[in-house]
Amino acid sequence: MTQALVNVPAKAKRGEAIEIKTLISHPMETGYRHDTNGAAIPRDIIHTFVARYNGEEVFRADLHPAIAANPFITFFTVATESGVIELTWTLDHGEPVTQKANIIVE
Amino acid sequence: MRLSPSPRGPLLKPGAVGWAKRRRRVPTTSDRGGHGASRLSPPYGPLLAGMASVVSCLLISTLLAAEIPQNERRSGTAFMSRDTQAMQEDDRANPGMLAVLDGEALWNQAPAGAKACAGCHGDASSSMKGVAARYPAFAEARGRPIDLEQRINLCRTEHQHAPPLAWEARELLALTAYVANQSRGMPITAGMDERTRPFVEAGRSLYNRRQGQLDLSCAQCHDDNWGKRLAGSVIPQAHPTGYPEYRLEWQSIGSLQRRLRSCTFGVRAEQLPYGAPEQVDLELYLMWRARGMPLETPAVRP
Repeated sequence: MTQALVNVPAKAKRGEAIEIKTLISHPMETGYRHDTNGAAIPRDIIHTFVARYNGEEVFRADLHPAIAANPFITFFTVATESGVIELTWTLDHGEPVTQKANIIVE
Repeated sequence: MRLSPSPRGPLLKPGAVGWAKRRRRVPTTSDRGGHGASRLSPPYGPLLAGMASVVSCLLISTLLAAEIPQNERRSGTAFMSRDTQAMQEDDRANPGMLAVLDGEALWNQAPAGAKACAGCHGDASSSMKGVAARYPAFAEARGRPIDLEQRINLCRTEHQHAPPLAWEARELLALTAYVANQSRGMPITAGMDERTRPFVEAGRSLYNRRQGQLDLSCAQCHDDNWGKRLAGSVIPQAHPTGYPEYRLEWQSIGSLQRRLRSCTFGVRAEQLPYGAPEQVDLELYLMWRARGMPLETPAVRP
């Protein structure tokens, strides 16, 4: 069960820099480890994170095996218009995880 | 209600664990069997032996004072960096909250052919409030205290007729974290029940027992040397205020039993299996020792 916690300010002033904080549960298995029987544990990570603000990409991150489990990603963007901030984590295995948050810009 | 004040009981047995080595080279009657005194000529012997017993009384009184006074107790949070404290305080940055969310989903999800936890207990925010603060608690069915994980599994096997969850399984940790989170901020009351008293005492004696290749007791680090450093890490006072907790080192949430096993490994002693009665006694003693301190689940620790 993948859980994501997203913190987007509900309201902001136009032109203000806002901080967006995201946390997602994921083991971030590196692919370099072996289990107790010596068998390789296959890589299973989140490899891409994308943030779109009213459909326009405002932030992107490539993630690699050295990133710890449950990645916490935080970034700033400028509040331009009221609308939706859509955050997408793309995984090695399984469907991408998407979370949406509304923001009101005054 | 408090238990009788015999805090470091097991350490005070003549020639037994602990104090002889810790207060090394002080010749006392119990420590050296009185050899120091008997080697001297008769007039001085009894005098010195008397002095030695005064010294040993003084030592005993300092040892009794070694248990951390109530007003000097500090949660592990106080020993962390400001960054880690901030991570714990912000529910949107605390990775332990991911387990709490998981637990909430499991609380409402019924195993095949049975009721969900919510089916009997309803809304956890009222029914489970304060529960974690009194665990490990005495279970009539077992005739001894059980911890919160064991209680959840007992409920699963007896009422939901489902197989018990494995120790440290994601589901068990999630449910425990969700239940314990309902008591966040409430004072710990475990060990106040009369029936748990002998088990608190058993836990205390384990806590004070030297063990492993390093020959260390829990008390030697966590009562006598808290606040100092062990390699790069600050030694905390070992108050289990935030379990299950998220350890950055583990990159996951884990139980108090896991933490106890890590410490046992650290002193190179034989680890007790998960669910061993001794582990629960130790959990109970530690919770009783932290009585009155607020619960912080899910805590974040380095």
